[in-house]
Amino acid sequence: MTFDLQSLLLDAAELAAIVLFILGLRFLSSPATARLGNRLAAVGMLIALVAVLYSTHALGWWAILAGIAIGAAIGFFSALKVKMTAMPQMVALFNGAGGGAAGLISSVEFFVSVHPYGWTISVSLVLSAIIGCLSAAGSIIAFLKLQELMTGRPITYKGQQVVNGIVALGIVVLGVMLIATQGVDPAWVFLAMLAAALLLGVFFVLPIGGADMPVVISLLNSFTGVAVAITGFELNSNLLIISGSLVGASGTLLTILMGKAMNRPLTNVLFGAFGSGGGMETSTSSGGQQNVRATSVEDVAVMLAYAQQVVVVPGYGMAVAQAQHSVRELADQLEKRGVAVKYAIHPVAGRMPGHMNVLLAEANVPYNQLYDMDDINPEFPRTDVALVIGANDVTNPAARNVASSPIYGMPILDVDKAQNVVVLKRSMRSGFAGIENPLYELPNCSMLFGDAKASVSALTAAVKAV
Amino acid sequence: MNHGPDLFQLLTVFILAIFVGFEVISKVPTTLHTPLMSATNAIHGVVLVGAIVIVAQLFGGGTPSTALTVLGICAVALGTINVVGGFAVTERMLQMFKKREPAKK
Repeated sequence: MTFDLQSLLLDAAELAAIVLFILGLRFLSSPATARLGNRLAAVGMLIALVAVLYSTHALGWWAILAGIAIGAAIGFFSALKVKMTAMPQMVALFNGAGGGAAGLISSVEFFVSVHPYGWTISVSLVLSAIIGCLSAAGSIIAFLKLQELMTGRPITYKGQQVVNGIVALGIVVLGVMLIATQGVDPAWVFLAMLAAALLLGVFFVLPIGGADMPVVISLLNSFTGVAVAITGFELNSNLLIISGSLVGASGTLLTILMGKAMNRPLTNVLFGAFGSGGGMETSTSSGGQQNVRATSVEDVAVMLAYAQQVVVVPGYGMAVAQAQHSVRELADQLEKRGVAVKYAIHPVAGRMPGHMNVLLAEANVPYNQLYDMDDINPEFPRTDVALVIGANDVTNPAARNVASSPIYGMPILDVDKAQNVVVLKRSMRSGFAGIENPLYELPNCSMLFGDAKASVSALTAAVKAV
Repeated sequence: MNHGPDLFQLLTVFILAIFVGFEVISKVPTTLHTPLMSATNAIHGVVLVGAIVIVAQLFGGGTPSTALTVLGICAVALGTINVVGGFAVTERMLQMFKKREPAKK
Protein backbone atom coordinates (compact mmCIF):
# COMPACT_ATOMS: atom_id res chain seq x y z
CA MET A 1 0.00 0.00 0.00
CA THR A 2 1.45 3.31 -1.00
CA PHE A 3 1.56 6.18 1.38
CA ASP A 4 -1.26 8.47 0.36
CA LEU A 5 -0.86 11.88 1.95
CA GLN A 6 -4.02 13.22 0.44
CA SER A 7 -6.38 10.59 1.75
CA LEU A 8 -4.65 10.83 5.12
CA LEU A 9 -5.35 14.57 5.21
CA LEU A 10 -8.94 14.00 4.18
CA ASP A 11 -9.44 11.44 6.95
CA ALA A 12 -7.83 13.75 9.50
CA ALA A 13 -10.09 16.61 8.43
CA GLU A 14 -13.17 14.42 8.72
CA LEU A 15 -12.11 13.30 12.18
CA ALA A 16 -11.58 16.92 13.24
CA ALA A 17 -15.05 17.79 11.94
CA ILE A 18 -16.63 14.91 13.87
CA VAL A 19 -14.92 15.93 17.11
CA LEU A 20 -15.98 19.55 16.61
CA PHE A 21 -19.60 18.55 15.94
CA ILE A 22 -19.79 16.52 19.14
CA LEU A 23 -18.06 19.21 21.20
CA GLY A 24 -20.37 21.80 19.66
CA LEU A 25 -23.46 19.89 20.73
CA ARG A 26 -21.93 19.39 24.13
CA PHE A 27 -21.50 23.15 24.56
CA LEU A 28 -25.16 23.62 23.69
CA SER A 29 -26.00 22.27 27.13
CA SER A 30 -25.74 25.74 28.66
CA PRO A 31 -26.92 29.11 27.32
CA ALA A 32 -23.58 30.60 28.40
CA THR A 33 -21.54 28.36 26.10
CA ALA A 34 -24.10 27.64 23.40
CA ARG A 35 -22.80 30.26 21.00
CA LEU A 36 -19.30 28.85 21.19
CA GLY A 37 -20.80 25.42 20.53
CA ASN A 38 -22.53 26.57 17.38
CA ARG A 39 -19.34 28.18 16.13
CA LEU A 40 -17.26 25.09 16.86
CA ALA A 41 -19.69 23.03 14.81
CA ALA A 42 -19.53 25.60 12.01
CA VAL A 43 -15.72 25.47 12.01
CA GLY A 44 -15.93 21.69 11.85
CA MET A 45 -18.18 21.97 8.83
CA LEU A 46 -15.79 24.38 7.14
CA ILE A 47 -12.83 22.03 7.68
CA ALA A 48 -14.75 19.10 6.23
CA LEU A 49 -15.86 21.14 3.21
CA VAL A 50 -12.39 22.52 2.43
CA ALA A 51 -10.93 19.03 2.67
CA VAL A 52 -13.52 17.47 0.40
CA LEU A 53 -13.26 20.30 -2.13
CA TYR A 54 -9.51 19.79 -2.23
CA SER A 55 -9.94 16.07 -2.73
CA THR A 56 -12.13 16.49 -5.82
CA HIS A 57 -9.17 17.66 -7.96
CA ALA A 58 -11.44 20.37 -9.33
CA LEU A 59 -13.58 17.82 -11.11
CA GLY A 60 -16.86 19.50 -11.93
CA TRP A 61 -15.63 22.58 -10.09
CA TRP A 62 -17.98 24.98 -11.83
CA ALA A 63 -21.03 22.90 -11.02
CA ILE A 64 -20.01 22.61 -7.38
CA LEU A 65 -19.25 26.30 -7.07
CA ALA A 66 -22.51 27.24 -8.77
CA GLY A 67 -24.44 25.07 -6.33
CA ILE A 68 -22.61 26.49 -3.33
CA ALA A 69 -23.09 30.09 -4.49
CA ILE A 70 -26.82 29.62 -5.04
CA GLY A 71 -27.29 27.75 -1.78
CA ALA A 72 -25.20 30.13 0.32
CA ALA A 73 -27.06 33.17 -1.00
CA ILE A 74 -30.48 31.65 -0.33
CA GLY A 75 -29.52 30.19 3.04
CA PHE A 76 -27.80 33.29 4.34
CA PHE A 77 -30.42 35.73 3.13
CA SER A 78 -33.35 33.79 4.54
CA ALA A 79 -31.56 33.19 7.85
CA LEU A 80 -30.99 36.92 8.25
CA LYS A 81 -34.50 37.93 7.25
CA VAL A 82 -36.62 35.43 9.12
CA LYS A 83 -38.63 36.66 12.07
CA MET A 84 -38.22 34.79 15.33
CA THR A 85 -41.93 33.98 15.33
CA ALA A 86 -41.46 32.30 11.96
CA MET A 87 -38.56 30.16 13.15
CA PRO A 88 -40.47 26.85 13.07
CA GLN A 89 -41.23 27.11 9.36
CA MET A 90 -37.67 28.27 8.62
CA VAL A 91 -36.24 25.25 10.41
CA ALA A 92 -38.71 23.06 8.54
CA LEU A 93 -37.48 24.45 5.21
CA PHE A 94 -33.79 24.01 6.04
CA ASN A 95 -34.60 20.52 7.18
CA GLY A 96 -36.39 19.79 3.91
CA ALA A 97 -33.35 21.08 2.01
CA GLY A 98 -31.13 18.55 3.77
CA GLY A 99 -33.57 15.73 3.08
CA GLY A 100 -33.85 16.78 -0.54
CA ALA A 101 -30.07 16.81 -0.90
CA ALA A 102 -29.87 13.26 0.47
CA GLY A 103 -32.57 12.15 -1.98
CA LEU A 104 -30.82 13.81 -4.92
CA ILE A 105 -27.43 12.30 -4.03
CA SER A 106 -28.96 8.84 -4.12
CA SER A 107 -30.66 9.62 -7.42
CA VAL A 108 -27.43 10.72 -9.06
CA GLU A 109 -25.67 7.71 -7.58
CA PHE A 110 -28.36 5.43 -9.00
CA PHE A 111 -27.93 6.79 -12.50
CA VAL A 112 -24.12 6.95 -12.64
CA SER A 113 -23.07 3.87 -10.71
CA VAL A 114 -22.13 0.68 -12.43
CA HIS A 115 -24.82 -1.86 -11.60
CA PRO A 116 -24.89 -4.18 -9.78
CA TYR A 117 -23.08 -2.43 -6.98
CA GLY A 118 -23.21 -4.69 -3.93
CA TRP A 119 -25.69 -5.04 -1.10
CA THR A 120 -24.53 -2.27 1.20
CA ILE A 121 -24.79 0.40 -1.45
CA SER A 122 -27.93 -1.00 -2.92
CA VAL A 123 -29.81 -1.06 0.40
CA SER A 124 -28.50 2.29 1.62
CA LEU A 125 -29.17 3.99 -1.70
CA VAL A 126 -32.81 2.93 -1.69
CA LEU A 127 -33.32 3.79 1.98
CA SER A 128 -31.69 7.20 1.83
CA ALA A 129 -33.65 8.06 -1.31
CA ILE A 130 -36.94 7.10 0.37
CA ILE A 131 -36.31 8.78 3.72
CA GLY A 132 -34.77 11.85 2.12
CA CYS A 133 -37.78 12.40 -0.17
CA LEU A 134 -40.23 11.68 2.65
CA SER A 135 -38.52 14.25 4.84
CA ALA A 136 -38.27 16.86 2.08
CA ALA A 137 -41.93 16.61 1.06
CA GLY A 138 -43.13 16.43 4.67
CA SER A 139 -41.07 19.48 5.60
CA ILE A 140 -42.55 21.47 2.75
CA ILE A 141 -46.09 20.68 3.88
CA ALA A 142 -45.12 21.56 7.45
CA PHE A 143 -43.74 24.85 6.13
CA LEU A 144 -46.93 25.61 4.18
CA LYS A 145 -49.05 24.90 7.25
CA LEU A 146 -46.92 26.97 9.61
CA GLN A 147 -46.65 29.85 7.15
CA GLU A 148 -50.43 29.62 6.81
CA LEU A 149 -50.19 29.24 3.07
CA MET A 150 -52.54 26.35 3.68
CA THR A 151 -54.87 25.59 6.56
CA GLY A 152 -53.23 24.64 9.83
CA ARG A 153 -56.17 22.41 10.64
CA PRO A 154 -55.79 18.68 10.14
CA ILE A 155 -56.79 17.65 6.62
CA THR A 156 -58.56 14.34 6.82
CA TYR A 157 -60.83 12.28 4.65
CA LYS A 158 -62.41 8.89 4.80
CA GLY A 159 -60.02 6.05 4.17
CA GLN A 160 -56.96 8.24 4.58
CA GLN A 161 -55.07 5.61 6.55
CA VAL A 162 -55.81 3.03 3.86
CA VAL A 163 -54.53 5.30 1.09
CA ASN A 164 -51.38 6.06 3.08
CA GLY A 165 -50.94 2.36 3.75
CA ILE A 166 -51.19 1.55 0.05
CA VAL A 167 -48.61 4.23 -0.85
CA ALA A 168 -46.28 2.92 1.87
CA LEU A 169 -46.73 -0.61 0.60
CA GLY A 170 -45.94 0.57 -2.93
CA ILE A 171 -42.71 2.13 -1.70
CA VAL A 172 -41.72 -1.10 0.02
CA VAL A 173 -42.43 -3.21 -3.08
CA LEU A 174 -40.50 -0.90 -5.42
CA GLY A 175 -37.67 -0.60 -2.91
CA VAL A 176 -37.37 -4.36 -2.54
CA MET A 177 -37.35 -4.73 -6.33
CA LEU A 178 -34.49 -2.26 -6.60
CA ILE A 179 -32.54 -3.86 -3.79
CA ALA A 180 -33.07 -7.39 -5.07
CA THR A 181 -31.68 -6.52 -8.50
CA GLN A 182 -29.06 -4.17 -7.07
CA GLY A 183 -30.21 -1.31 -9.24
CA VAL A 184 -30.32 -3.17 -12.54
CA ASP A 185 -34.03 -2.39 -12.74
CA PRO A 186 -35.09 0.17 -15.32
CA ALA A 187 -35.09 3.79 -14.23
CA TRP A 188 -38.87 3.98 -13.96
CA VAL A 189 -38.87 1.71 -10.94
CA PHE A 190 -36.54 4.09 -9.17
CA LEU A 191 -38.46 7.17 -10.28
CA ALA A 192 -41.77 5.62 -9.24
CA MET A 193 -40.31 4.89 -5.84
CA LEU A 194 -39.14 8.51 -5.47
CA ALA A 195 -42.57 9.80 -6.49
CA ALA A 196 -44.29 7.50 -4.03
CA ALA A 197 -41.95 8.61 -1.22
CA LEU A 198 -42.65 12.28 -1.96
CA LEU A 199 -46.37 11.55 -2.00
CA LEU A 200 -46.20 9.75 1.32
CA GLY A 201 -44.33 12.69 2.82
CA VAL A 202 -47.19 14.97 1.79
CA PHE A 203 -49.93 12.58 2.93
CA PHE A 204 -48.23 11.95 6.23
CA VAL A 205 -48.16 15.59 7.34
CA LEU A 206 -51.58 16.63 5.93
CA PRO A 207 -53.68 15.19 8.79
CA ILE A 208 -51.45 16.68 11.50
CA GLY A 209 -52.68 19.94 12.99
CA GLY A 210 -50.77 23.09 13.88
CA ALA A 211 -50.62 22.40 17.61
CA ASP A 212 -48.91 19.08 16.96
CA MET A 213 -46.18 20.72 14.87
CA PRO A 214 -43.52 20.51 17.61
CA VAL A 215 -43.71 16.74 17.30
CA VAL A 216 -43.70 16.71 13.51
CA ILE A 217 -40.78 19.10 13.18
CA SER A 218 -38.72 17.07 15.63
CA LEU A 219 -39.59 13.89 13.80
CA LEU A 220 -38.74 15.30 10.36
CA ASN A 221 -35.44 16.55 11.77
CA SER A 222 -34.72 13.04 12.91
CA PHE A 223 -35.71 11.64 9.49
CA THR A 224 -33.24 13.86 7.68
CA GLY A 225 -30.54 12.89 10.16
CA VAL A 226 -31.17 9.23 9.45
CA ALA A 227 -31.25 9.85 5.70
CA VAL A 228 -27.87 11.55 5.93
CA ALA A 229 -26.43 8.72 8.02
CA ILE A 230 -27.62 6.20 5.44
CA THR A 231 -26.14 8.32 2.66
CA GLY A 232 -22.90 7.85 4.61
CA PHE A 233 -23.22 4.08 4.17
CA GLU A 234 -23.75 4.64 0.48
CA LEU A 235 -20.66 6.84 0.11
CA ASN A 236 -18.59 4.94 2.71
CA SER A 237 -18.18 8.09 4.80
CA ASN A 238 -17.81 7.97 8.58
CA LEU A 239 -18.38 11.71 8.70
CA LEU A 240 -21.86 11.45 7.21
CA ILE A 241 -22.76 8.41 9.26
CA ILE A 242 -21.75 10.00 12.55
CA SER A 243 -23.23 13.44 11.89
CA GLY A 244 -26.43 11.91 10.61
CA SER A 245 -26.81 9.65 13.64
CA LEU A 246 -26.17 12.52 16.05
CA VAL A 247 -29.01 14.45 14.44
CA GLY A 248 -31.20 11.39 14.23
CA ALA A 249 -30.71 10.77 17.95
CA SER A 250 -31.41 14.42 18.75
CA GLY A 251 -34.59 14.52 16.70
CA THR A 252 -35.82 11.26 18.17
CA LEU A 253 -35.17 12.44 21.70
CA LEU A 254 -37.06 15.68 21.12
CA THR A 255 -39.92 13.79 19.48
CA ILE A 256 -40.21 11.57 22.56
CA LEU A 257 -40.08 14.58 24.90
CA MET A 258 -42.83 16.37 22.95
CA GLY A 259 -44.99 13.27 22.95
CA LYS A 260 -44.56 12.98 26.71
CA ALA A 261 -45.46 16.63 27.19
CA MET A 262 -48.76 15.94 25.49
CA ASN A 263 -49.22 12.59 27.17
CA ARG A 264 -49.94 11.05 23.83
CA PRO A 265 -48.14 8.17 22.20
CA LEU A 266 -46.44 9.13 18.98
CA THR A 267 -48.78 6.96 16.93
CA ASN A 268 -51.71 8.99 18.21
CA VAL A 269 -50.10 12.29 17.18
CA LEU A 270 -49.18 11.01 13.75
CA PHE A 271 -52.26 9.02 12.92
CA GLY A 272 -54.86 10.37 15.32
CA ALA A 273 -55.65 13.73 13.66
CA PHE A 274 -56.27 15.40 16.97
CA GLY A 275 -59.56 17.23 17.54
CA SER A 276 -60.87 16.63 14.08
CA GLY A 277 -63.44 13.96 14.78
CA GLY A 278 -66.00 14.62 12.06
CA GLY A 279 -66.65 18.34 11.84
CA MET A 280 -66.10 18.86 15.55
CA GLU A 281 -64.21 22.05 14.87
CA THR A 282 -67.32 24.01 14.02
CA SER A 283 -69.68 22.49 16.55
CA THR A 284 -67.79 23.16 19.76
CA SER A 285 -66.41 26.57 19.08
CA SER A 286 -69.75 28.29 18.57
CA GLY A 287 -69.29 29.99 21.94
CA GLY A 288 -71.93 31.46 24.23
CA GLN A 289 -72.30 28.41 26.43
CA GLN A 290 -69.49 29.38 28.72
CA ASN A 291 -70.08 31.64 31.66
CA VAL A 292 -67.08 33.90 31.86
CA ARG A 293 -66.25 37.17 33.54
CA ALA A 294 -64.78 39.89 31.37
CA THR A 295 -62.53 42.41 33.06
CA SER A 296 -60.99 45.75 32.18
CA VAL A 297 -57.43 46.91 31.64
CA GLU A 298 -57.64 49.18 34.73
CA ASP A 299 -58.73 46.37 37.04
CA VAL A 300 -56.00 44.05 35.84
CA ALA A 301 -53.39 46.81 36.09
CA VAL A 302 -54.25 47.40 39.76
CA MET A 303 -54.20 43.68 40.44
CA LEU A 304 -50.77 43.36 38.82
CA ALA A 305 -49.29 46.47 40.39
CA TYR A 306 -50.06 45.32 43.93
CA ALA A 307 -49.06 41.70 43.42
CA GLN A 308 -46.03 40.06 44.99
CA GLN A 309 -45.49 37.56 42.25
CA VAL A 310 -46.80 37.44 38.69
CA VAL A 311 -46.32 34.46 36.43
CA VAL A 312 -46.65 35.05 32.71
CA VAL A 313 -47.85 32.06 30.70
CA PRO A 314 -47.11 32.65 27.01
CA GLY A 315 -48.56 30.57 24.20
CA TYR A 316 -48.72 30.58 20.44
CA GLY A 317 -51.17 33.51 20.62
CA MET A 318 -48.33 35.69 21.90
CA ALA A 319 -46.25 34.73 18.89
CA VAL A 320 -49.09 35.43 16.46
CA ALA A 321 -49.69 38.86 18.00
CA GLN A 322 -45.91 39.55 18.10
CA ALA A 323 -46.51 40.61 21.69
CA GLN A 324 -43.23 39.40 23.22
CA HIS A 325 -41.66 42.88 23.34
CA SER A 326 -44.74 44.42 24.94
CA VAL A 327 -44.78 41.61 27.49
CA ARG A 328 -41.22 42.41 28.41
CA GLU A 329 -42.08 46.11 28.83
CA LEU A 330 -44.95 45.22 31.13
CA ALA A 331 -42.62 42.98 33.15
CA ASP A 332 -40.13 45.84 33.43
CA GLN A 333 -42.80 48.15 34.82
CA LEU A 334 -43.88 45.53 37.33
CA GLU A 335 -40.34 44.79 38.43
CA LYS A 336 -39.78 48.49 38.99
CA ARG A 337 -42.59 48.28 41.53
CA GLY A 338 -40.96 45.29 43.19
CA VAL A 339 -43.22 42.63 41.71
CA ALA A 340 -41.45 39.33 41.00
CA VAL A 341 -42.10 38.27 37.42
CA LYS A 342 -41.56 34.74 36.16
CA TYR A 343 -42.39 33.02 32.91
CA ALA A 344 -43.92 29.57 32.78
CA ILE A 345 -43.07 27.67 29.62
CA HIS A 346 -44.98 24.56 28.67
CA PRO A 347 -42.88 22.16 26.59
CA VAL A 348 -45.34 22.22 23.69
CA ALA A 349 -46.21 25.92 23.82
CA GLY A 350 -45.68 27.32 20.35
CA ARG A 351 -44.95 25.46 17.17
CA MET A 352 -41.58 23.89 17.87
CA PRO A 353 -39.66 22.73 20.94
CA GLY A 354 -38.42 25.77 22.86
CA HIS A 355 -40.24 28.25 20.60
CA MET A 356 -41.42 30.50 23.46
CA ASN A 357 -37.94 30.66 24.96
CA VAL A 358 -36.53 32.04 21.74
CA LEU A 359 -39.27 34.66 21.42
CA LEU A 360 -38.79 35.85 24.98
CA ALA A 361 -35.03 35.85 24.53
CA GLU A 362 -35.57 38.04 21.48
CA ALA A 363 -37.45 40.48 23.71
CA ASN A 364 -34.45 40.50 26.08
CA VAL A 365 -36.07 38.49 28.82
CA PRO A 366 -33.16 36.97 30.78
CA TYR A 367 -33.24 33.21 30.46
CA ASN A 368 -33.05 32.69 34.21
CA GLN A 369 -36.61 34.06 34.45
CA LEU A 370 -37.93 31.30 32.20
CA TYR A 371 -39.22 28.29 34.09
CA ASP A 372 -40.06 24.78 32.94
CA MET A 373 -43.41 23.31 33.79
CA ASP A 374 -42.08 21.14 36.62
CA ASP A 375 -40.27 24.04 38.24
CA ILE A 376 -43.08 26.55 38.04
CA ASN A 377 -46.10 24.43 38.96
CA PRO A 378 -45.35 24.40 42.72
CA GLU A 379 -45.13 28.21 42.50
CA PHE A 380 -48.69 28.85 41.35
CA PRO A 381 -50.37 28.62 44.80
CA ARG A 382 -47.94 31.35 45.89
CA THR A 383 -48.64 33.45 42.83
CA ASP A 384 -50.95 36.44 42.98
CA VAL A 385 -51.65 36.73 39.30
CA ALA A 386 -51.14 34.24 36.50
CA LEU A 387 -51.22 36.17 33.24
CA VAL A 388 -52.11 33.81 30.41
CA ILE A 389 -51.21 35.32 27.06
CA GLY A 390 -52.43 33.42 24.05
CA ALA A 391 -52.14 29.99 25.66
CA ASN A 392 -55.16 27.75 25.99
CA ASP A 393 -54.94 23.98 25.98
CA VAL A 394 -51.76 23.88 28.08
CA THR A 395 -53.67 25.58 30.92
CA ASN A 396 -56.85 23.51 30.68
CA PRO A 397 -57.62 21.89 34.04
CA ALA A 398 -59.83 19.37 32.22
CA ALA A 399 -56.57 17.59 31.40
CA ARG A 400 -56.25 16.89 35.12
CA ASN A 401 -59.75 15.89 36.13
CA VAL A 402 -62.09 15.23 33.21
CA ALA A 403 -61.41 11.67 32.13
CA SER A 404 -63.52 12.07 29.00
CA SER A 405 -61.56 15.07 27.74
CA PRO A 406 -59.41 14.44 24.66
CA ILE A 407 -56.48 16.04 26.44
CA TYR A 408 -57.01 14.11 29.70
CA GLY A 409 -53.66 13.17 31.21
CA MET A 410 -51.65 15.82 29.42
CA PRO A 411 -49.40 17.58 31.93
CA ILE A 412 -50.53 21.21 32.21
CA LEU A 413 -49.47 24.45 33.86
CA ASP A 414 -51.53 24.71 37.06
CA VAL A 415 -52.55 28.33 36.55
CA ASP A 416 -55.94 27.67 38.16
CA LYS A 417 -54.13 27.33 41.50
CA ALA A 418 -52.96 30.94 41.41
CA GLN A 419 -54.90 33.53 43.46
CA ASN A 420 -56.05 35.24 40.28
CA VAL A 421 -55.90 34.23 36.69
CA VAL A 422 -56.19 36.76 33.89
CA VAL A 423 -56.55 35.33 30.42
CA LEU A 424 -55.70 37.56 27.47
CA LYS A 425 -57.67 36.28 24.56
CA ARG A 426 -58.88 37.56 21.25
CA SER A 427 -62.36 36.09 21.64
CA MET A 428 -64.11 33.14 23.22
CA ARG A 429 -63.17 30.82 20.40
CA SER A 430 -61.82 27.60 21.79
CA GLY A 431 -58.20 26.55 21.48
CA PHE A 432 -56.64 24.68 18.65
CA ALA A 433 -57.88 21.34 19.85
CA GLY A 434 -61.42 22.71 19.87
CA ILE A 435 -61.92 21.85 23.53
CA GLU A 436 -63.79 23.96 26.08
CA ASN A 437 -61.54 25.31 28.80
CA PRO A 438 -63.27 25.12 32.21
CA LEU A 439 -60.52 27.39 33.57
CA TYR A 440 -62.42 30.39 32.20
CA GLU A 441 -65.45 29.67 34.38
CA LEU A 442 -63.52 29.48 37.65
CA PRO A 443 -64.29 32.24 40.16
CA ASN A 444 -60.65 33.33 40.30
CA CYS A 445 -60.41 33.72 36.54
CA SER A 446 -61.25 36.76 34.46
CA MET A 447 -60.89 37.44 30.77
CA LEU A 448 -59.32 40.43 29.07
CA PHE A 449 -60.51 40.35 25.48
CA GLY A 450 -58.63 41.91 22.60
CA ASP A 451 -55.41 41.68 20.62
CA ALA A 452 -52.66 40.43 22.94
CA LYS A 453 -50.18 43.10 21.94
CA ALA A 454 -52.66 45.96 22.33
CA SER A 455 -53.90 44.61 25.67
CA VAL A 456 -50.41 44.20 27.07
CA SER A 457 -49.38 47.70 25.94
CA ALA A 458 -52.51 49.13 27.55
CA LEU A 459 -51.71 47.24 30.73
CA THR A 460 -48.19 48.65 30.77
CA ALA A 461 -49.50 52.20 30.48
CA ALA A 462 -52.12 51.57 33.15
CA VAL A 463 -49.59 50.05 35.56
CA LYS A 464 -47.41 53.12 35.09
CA ALA A 465 -50.36 55.30 36.05
CA VAL A 466 -51.28 53.32 39.18
CA MET B 1 -15.47 3.23 -3.53
CA ASN B 2 -15.90 0.46 -6.10
CA HIS B 3 -15.37 -2.47 -3.80
CA GLY B 4 -18.23 -2.54 -1.30
CA PRO B 5 -17.50 -0.83 2.02
CA ASP B 6 -17.17 -2.97 5.10
CA LEU B 7 -20.77 -3.06 6.30
CA PHE B 8 -20.10 -4.06 9.88
CA GLN B 9 -17.44 -1.48 10.44
CA LEU B 10 -19.88 1.18 9.23
CA LEU B 11 -22.71 -0.25 11.33
CA THR B 12 -20.50 -0.13 14.41
CA VAL B 13 -19.77 3.53 13.84
CA PHE B 14 -23.48 4.18 13.22
CA ILE B 15 -24.66 2.53 16.44
CA LEU B 16 -21.95 4.11 18.59
CA ALA B 17 -22.73 7.54 17.19
CA ILE B 18 -26.40 7.11 18.08
CA PHE B 19 -25.42 6.39 21.68
CA VAL B 20 -23.15 9.43 21.77
CA GLY B 21 -25.97 11.50 20.29
CA PHE B 22 -28.50 10.49 22.95
CA GLU B 23 -25.93 11.08 25.67
CA VAL B 24 -24.93 14.54 24.51
CA ILE B 25 -28.38 15.77 23.53
CA SER B 26 -30.07 14.69 26.74
CA LYS B 27 -27.99 17.30 28.57
CA VAL B 28 -29.44 20.19 26.57
CA PRO B 29 -31.98 22.21 28.62
CA THR B 30 -35.47 22.87 27.25
CA THR B 31 -34.67 26.59 27.01
CA LEU B 32 -32.28 25.79 24.20
CA HIS B 33 -34.37 23.27 22.31
CA THR B 34 -35.05 25.54 19.34
CA PRO B 35 -31.37 26.45 18.84
CA LEU B 36 -30.51 22.79 19.39
CA MET B 37 -32.86 21.84 16.64
CA SER B 38 -31.53 24.42 14.21
CA ALA B 39 -27.91 23.54 15.10
CA THR B 40 -28.45 19.83 14.54
CA ASN B 41 -30.24 20.87 11.40
CA ALA B 42 -27.10 22.64 10.24
CA ILE B 43 -25.00 19.60 11.18
CA HIS B 44 -27.02 17.29 8.98
CA GLY B 45 -26.19 19.77 6.25
CA VAL B 46 -22.93 17.81 6.16
CA VAL B 47 -24.76 15.92 3.44
CA LEU B 48 -23.23 18.71 1.32
CA VAL B 49 -19.94 16.83 1.56
CA GLY B 50 -21.68 13.88 -0.03
CA ALA B 51 -23.18 16.10 -2.71
CA ILE B 52 -19.75 17.49 -3.61
CA VAL B 53 -18.27 13.99 -3.80
CA ILE B 54 -21.06 12.82 -6.05
CA VAL B 55 -20.76 15.77 -8.45
CA ALA B 56 -17.00 15.24 -8.71
CA GLN B 57 -17.64 11.55 -9.36
CA LEU B 58 -20.18 12.53 -12.01
CA PHE B 59 -17.64 14.65 -13.86
CA GLY B 60 -14.91 12.08 -13.29
CA GLY B 61 -16.56 9.80 -15.83
CA GLY B 62 -16.49 12.30 -18.70
CA THR B 63 -19.03 15.02 -19.43
CA PRO B 64 -22.30 14.08 -17.75
CA SER B 65 -25.75 14.63 -19.20
CA THR B 66 -27.42 17.96 -18.56
CA ALA B 67 -30.13 16.37 -16.45
CA LEU B 68 -27.66 14.74 -14.08
CA THR B 69 -25.58 17.91 -13.91
CA VAL B 70 -28.67 19.86 -12.88
CA LEU B 71 -29.54 17.24 -10.26
CA GLY B 72 -26.00 17.43 -8.90
CA ILE B 73 -26.03 21.23 -8.73
CA CYS B 74 -29.39 21.09 -6.97
CA ALA B 75 -28.02 18.62 -4.43
CA VAL B 76 -25.07 20.92 -3.70
CA ALA B 77 -27.33 23.99 -3.50
CA LEU B 78 -29.80 22.31 -1.13
CA GLY B 79 -26.97 21.06 1.07
CA THR B 80 -25.47 24.56 1.20
CA ILE B 81 -28.83 26.14 2.09
CA ASN B 82 -29.04 23.65 4.92
CA VAL B 83 -25.53 24.37 6.22
CA VAL B 84 -25.36 28.14 5.81
CA GLY B 85 -28.96 28.82 6.82
CA GLY B 86 -28.78 26.45 9.76
CA PHE B 87 -25.65 27.89 11.33
CA ALA B 88 -26.61 31.51 10.63
CA VAL B 89 -30.05 31.20 12.13
CA THR B 90 -28.69 29.40 15.20
CA GLU B 91 -26.12 32.13 15.71
CA ARG B 92 -28.86 34.76 15.44
CA MET B 93 -30.97 33.02 18.06
CA LEU B 94 -28.17 32.30 20.48
CA GLN B 95 -26.91 35.86 20.57
CA MET B 96 -30.29 36.82 22.03
CA PHE B 97 -30.01 34.53 25.02
CA LYS B 98 -28.80 36.67 27.90
CA LYS B 99 -28.59 36.33 31.61
CA ARG B 100 -30.10 39.10 33.72
CA GLU B 101 -28.32 42.21 32.42
CA PRO B 102 -25.78 44.07 34.62
CA ALA B 103 -28.16 47.00 35.29
CA LYS B 104 -29.87 45.07 38.05
CA LYS B 105 -33.08 46.50 39.31
